[in-house]
Amino acid sequence: MEQTIPEVIRTVPLQYYVFFATALFAIGVTGVLTRRNAIIIFMCIELMLNAVNVLLTAFSAYRADPNGQVFVFFIMAVAAAEVSVGLGIIVMIYRNFQNTDVNLLSRLKW
Amino acid sequence: MQELVLPNYGAPYSTLLYVLIPLLPFLGFLINGLLNKRLSATVAGLIGSATVLGSFLISIYLFTTFERQYTVQLFDWITVGSMRIPFQYQIDQLSLIMLLLVTGVGFLIHVYSIGYMAHDENVGKFFSFLNLFIFSMLVLVLGANFVILFIGWEGVGLCSYLLIGFWNKNHDYNNAAKKAFIMNRIGDLGFLLGIFLIYLTFDSIQYAEVFQKAALSQFGPYTVSILTAITLLLFVGAMGKSAQLPLYTWLPDAMAGPTPVSALIHAATMVTAGIYMVLRANVLFTLAPATLEVVGIIGLATALFAATIGLAQNDIKKVLAYSTVSQLGYMFLALGVMGYTSSLFHVLTHAFFKALMFLGAGSVIHAMSNEQDIRRMGGLRKALPITFLTFFIGCLAISGIPPFSGFFSKDEILAHTYEHSKLMWAVGLFTAFLTAFYMFRLLFLTFFGEFRGTEEQKHHLHESPASMTLPLIILAILAAVGGFMGAPMFLGGKHYLADFLAPIFTYSRQINPGAFTGEIDHSTELMLIGASVAAGVLGIIFAYVQYISRGVRPVSDEAQRSAPESLVYHKYYIDELYNALFVRPIMGLSRGLYRFVEQGIIDPIVNGLGRLTLGGGYLLRYVQTGTIGVYLILMVVGIVLILALNFGKF
Repeated sequence: MEQTIPEVIRTVPLQYYVFFATALFAIGVTGVLTRRNAIIIFMCIELMLNAVNVLLTAFSAYRADPNGQVFVFFIMAVAAAEVSVGLGIIVMIYRNFQNTDVNLLSRLKW
Repeated sequence: MQELVLPNYGAPYSTLLYVLIPLLPFLGFLINGLLNKRLSATVAGLIGSATVLGSFLISIYLFTTFERQYTVQLFDWITVGSMRIPFQYQIDQLSLIMLLLVTGVGFLIHVYSIGYMAHDENVGKFFSFLNLFIFSMLVLVLGANFVILFIGWEGVGLCSYLLIGFWNKNHDYNNAAKKAFIMNRIGDLGFLLGIFLIYLTFDSIQYAEVFQKAALSQFGPYTVSILTAITLLLFVGAMGKSAQLPLYTWLPDAMAGPTPVSALIHAATMVTAGIYMVLRANVLFTLAPATLEVVGIIGLATALFAATIGLAQNDIKKVLAYSTVSQLGYMFLALGVMGYTSSLFHVLTHAFFKALMFLGAGSVIHAMSNEQDIRRMGGLRKALPITFLTFFIGCLAISGIPPFSGFFSKDEILAHTYEHSKLMWAVGLFTAFLTAFYMFRLLFLTFFGEFRGTEEQKHHLHESPASMTLPLIILAILAAVGGFMGAPMFLGGKHYLADFLAPIFTYSRQINPGAFTGEIDHSTELMLIGASVAAGVLGIIFAYVQYISRGVRPVSDEAQRSAPESLVYHKYYIDELYNALFVRPIMGLSRGLYRFVEQGIIDPIVNGLGRLTLGGGYLLRYVQTGTIGVYLILMVVGIVLILALNFGKF
């Protein structure tokens, strides 16, 4: 028997999604705070975004409300745009400093 | 909500035609204003004149096909709550006559300006201002409510200011422009308050609605006292614009502008806006007899007062300016005694002969290389034959010599005054005598006797070009025969103007029928005519004896004068009085406020605020370490704090 995607999602209890997403988000935050390589910071930001996405999808399926999934698409689009801009900036930083250490950017201060 | 705003009922032509009347001069203003220096003087003049001619032709068309009054809705302008102010034209007898006057005389003066301003370096600017003036004046005349009237009212005031100070390199001219502007503001304040009060009382500012409500409820909710307050406030506005006591002193100074401007704005059209406004609101004024009495007395006082000053002036344009103030006083006198038609009649005839005389004076000034002092003129009759002849006709008209136009209108005003009060009539008659005297004094000193200017000026004397003499001739014809549109009945004439205008005064006639019967028996009327003609002729004879037979010449400024002579010569020291009473105290107050409030309180506060932000920024910038890790941690801490503090609320 064929199952729809929300039904598949509902085969896992909701709190597991919450734990998973929280763990993913915490990893992302830790990464952003501790790492100094700009590219890794970027990846950690993506992790946080995707943690939110997972949570949205799960709630959406459990509440039978498609709005959450629509939101996910928006977040993905924004993330894609953000990455393209961010990577562009990082490339320029690398060309100037031969390095992507964010602490080099402390030159931006007064 | 009031839905009495009339629709486009009865407008026989497409709206475009009506829009074009003011729009054509406005286009002229844009073209001349934007292409100022790129157009040659002649082209600028032609564009300026052609646009006004276009408006004139449309006005004639509307006039000849006119059957009954109607309004033209252009658009809804202001709609706030229950207040609705549509942008609407009112086409009726009064606005049509004013349209013809403004565009007709305006066109002639534009043509004249082509010749007069030919040697000026800013011809484009001049014509663009003139066109803007015509535009504003047309808006003023066409509007169907008090707010549109006010737009036009302010517009003409602005143009007056711009044109008085047209030669803005001269400091005195700029001061004259400012004086005109500020004095008009005083009047406008009254006018504006009047409009507010009208809205408060009648809940509308549409002419049709206000007048209907006022007329239908004579003894209703609108008591005489509130109507008196409204009309008095409106009249204060008229005082400023039409240069009545005590707000008249700007008009003589306004002669600083180019002469065509004096003819168009400060004689023929703008200064009659006050009379137009009173005529428009004639219902309200009729309902407030106390105001009418004030209007009449102020008009009469102004007429006499200005005429006496005119006796001793030596500047050709100043004499004409005081004569304008005096004639405007006559018009208000006519309004005050409810001779509404005669007032408009005098507006028309005055526009003809006074524009004519100003343009004639311009022609003289042109020939004399910008000399305005009549003490240095004389004997110009031979050098300027056309100017002399037309000026002569103008003088006859203003002196009330039959059959020239001024005779009919002035006689009508005096007849109405006679019915109202014999004393006022006597004063008016004496003023007519003074008018004739000072006008012919001007004529004799300018055109007769021997030439008193320099040899160079004498050599330079020449008749003006055709573009200047042609308007003179046309205006002279109008000044000569214009009176026949309102010839008295018993002379076998028909009062075309009164018949045509009758619908405007329907309500007023219902309210006060007595003032409109106007039937004096023939013997009285003949006596009145005889008296006013005698006053005019006497004035001319006096002037002749004084300045031709005895050859008296006005003395120089420094010469010794007797006390009354000196008083008149110095214009009763009114300017000095105003200076001492108002200008100086206000200047002193302003200086004090500047020193103590501006420099002592406001400046330190503003500068202190600036220094505070500067110092704060200087301190706060140390927070900006530039280390991204720190920013990020602070951000996360912030988010966590927000979440934690709001935890219970979700």
